[in-house]
Amino acid sequence: MKILVPVKRVIDYNVKPRVKSDGTGVDLANVKMSMNPFDEIAVEEAIRLKEKGVATEIVAVSVGPAKAQETLRTALAMGADRAILVQTDDEVEPLAVAKILKAIAEEETPGLVILGKQAIDDDSNQTGQMLAALLGRPQGTFASEVTVEGDSVTVKREVDGGLETVKLSLPAIVTTDLRLNEPRYASLPNIMKAKSKPLATKAPADYGVDTAPRLKTLKVSEPPVRSAGIKVADVDALVAKIKELGIA
Amino acid sequence: MTKTLVWVEHDNATVKDATLSTVTAAAQLGEVHLLVAGSGAQAVADAAAKIAGVGKVHLADSPAFANALAENVAPLIVELMASHDAFVAPATSNGKNIAPRVAALLDVAQVSDILSVEGPKTFTRPTYAGNAIATVESSDAKLVITVRGTAFAKAASEGGSGAVEAVSGGGDAGLSSFVSAEIAKSERPELTSAKVIVSGGRALKDGPTFEQVIFPLADKLKAAVGASRAAVDAGYVPNDYQVGQTGKIVAPEVYIAVGISGAIQHLAGMKDSKTIIAINKDEDAPIFQVADLGLVADLFTAVPELTGKL
Ligand SMILES: Cc1cc2nc3c(=O)[nH]c(=O)nc-3n(C[C@H](O)[C@H](O)[C@H](O)COP(=O)(O)OP(=O)(O)OC[C@H]3O[C@@H](n4cnc5c(N)ncnc54)[C@H](O)[C@@H]3O)c2cc1C
Ligand SMILES: Nc1ncnc2c1ncn2[C@@H]1O[C@H](COP(=O)(O)O)[C@@H](O)[C@H]1O
Repeated sequence: MKILVPVKRVIDYNVKPRVKSDGTGVDLANVKMSMNPFDEIAVEEAIRLKEKGVATEIVAVSVGPAKAQETLRTALAMGADRAILVQTDDEVEPLAVAKILKAIAEEETPGLVILGKQAIDDDSNQTGQMLAALLGRPQGTFASEVTVEGDSVTVKREVDGGLETVKLSLPAIVTTDLRLNEPRYASLPNIMKAKSKPLATKAPADYGVDTAPRLKTLKVSEPPVRSAGIKVADVDALVAKIKELGIA
Repeated sequence: MTKTLVWVEHDNATVKDATLSTVTAAAQLGEVHLLVAGSGAQAVADAAAKIAGVGKVHLADSPAFANALAENVAPLIVELMASHDAFVAPATSNGKNIAPRVAALLDVAQVSDILSVEGPKTFTRPTYAGNAIATVESSDAKLVITVRGTAFAKAASEGGSGAVEAVSGGGDAGLSSFVSAEIAKSERPELTSAKVIVSGGRALKDGPTFEQVIFPLADKLKAAVGASRAAVDAGYVPNDYQVGQTGKIVAPEVYIAVGISGAIQHLAGMKDSKTIIAINKDEDAPIFQVADLGLVADLFTAVPELTGKL
């Protein structure tokens, strides 16, 4: 079984995003960029399935600028076998990403597509579900455990009140939640090896996908800032303040 | 006039609160119709019909809808969307699971997690863990939206007189099946609707310590209990306690953060709380930058003392 893993290049999760003063977006110039953390978890899960003998090949895909190659190389260094960069400098919305992934899935016929549940830049939480819809396949979103058996996959999902388990027929789409696994670091030899793994470069037009945005961003602004309050000297002072709030 | 179809969040017995703020958001777009997709869910539909401002309630009752499997309910919603202009769901785990599947089937972009309705097709939504608020305008013929519950007031659960109408459609798509659920039952208020929340972080050491320190304070304040990702990952408490960018979004009257550093991903989930109180032994912890009241102290002495004196 082949596994397709879409990975997005995003602002590093340790960086505090700054809104540009002209209100057009977030300033990404000279900002550290990394693989979306949920996608690292997706890559790790695919590798573990390969190590268990469930998967035979892992293909990483990224839709983004030339620099998204670095993200794909990270996936290759972790253990993916080959990569496809669908290169574009435009910001591509989840629906268009899903359409590109659909075209790739039809070419590659993976048994599983494992995506992150959410990209930490747009915070959309859409692409996996959209891909599942376009392919007419089942979806196991927010996965905290993935078990492949025969022609089905059992997915434990993180839901509002706790956990839910669903069984999906393969091929299926899975999106990762934080507790699915702890991604490995790529070792130096593997980073070197990744440099010679195949990486194909394509364009959205190769898949016949129009990436024109459907949502127009009129403005991007800073959220209202909370100013720091006061520090109280001791527990007694805190008790007094809490009583003033009327909750005790 | 725009006709909206609102996803009613329920457990086949009662309407969940998340529905009420979603109705408020939908009402800003136009007429509010509800969809109750469930199994043996007549009582839910009857209760939903009483929500203030609601027109029709579509009740799709089938074993296939019992667990809100996206594969089964999305085709049903797509059929109903032939006579509606907007599908509006709460940003709950069901809403987040189902809405994008509907959007793709309708070939429209989804607007996730809206904070406000600025115009017929214009919304604000948080991006970058809430560090950048985007105002976006949809160019699609139909809208698919999820709603951040904390950003909209709750519609009154009484006062409406909607008509319940049975609908058929969809059914078992044969792609997926529900196996089981482990839903924790708790006497405490639910995180997303609690007035007071006490959250604990990595500093709480382990599960038993978390319980000994945090629970008595929460009980004293009739508060819900939350946690940072670090506390959840370390297994102190179940995953559905997580507050943050990728956990629950909360905005209680009072949020008490105990032994939580205040990473941006945590702040994303609680910085709209009315009053934030932080207890941390590190006076430079970032949580103090958003806290209205801070106490620099060792939580293992401060919290029991606080609980005792309240
Ligand atoms: C993709 C992604 C998504 C994430 N989503 C979330 C999310 O939704 N929610 C979330 O919370 N995090 C999330 N995180 C994790 C986040 O980055 C932080 O790692 C996490 O919030 C840290 O938890 P913490 O504050 O409990 O732990 P720490 O950062 O380790 O802080 C512990 C704090 O306790 C204090 N302390 C220690 N001992 C004591 C004591 N005895 N008395 C008083 N204070 C003490 C320390 O001074 C410190 O400030 C996410 C991360 C990623 C990469
Ligand atoms: N441009 C992209 N390239 C590759 N994968 C993507 C891209 N955008 C989104 N994804 C995948 O879809 C997931 C969810 O993203 P989103 O729907 O944008 O929150 C991500 O975690 C990735 O796995």
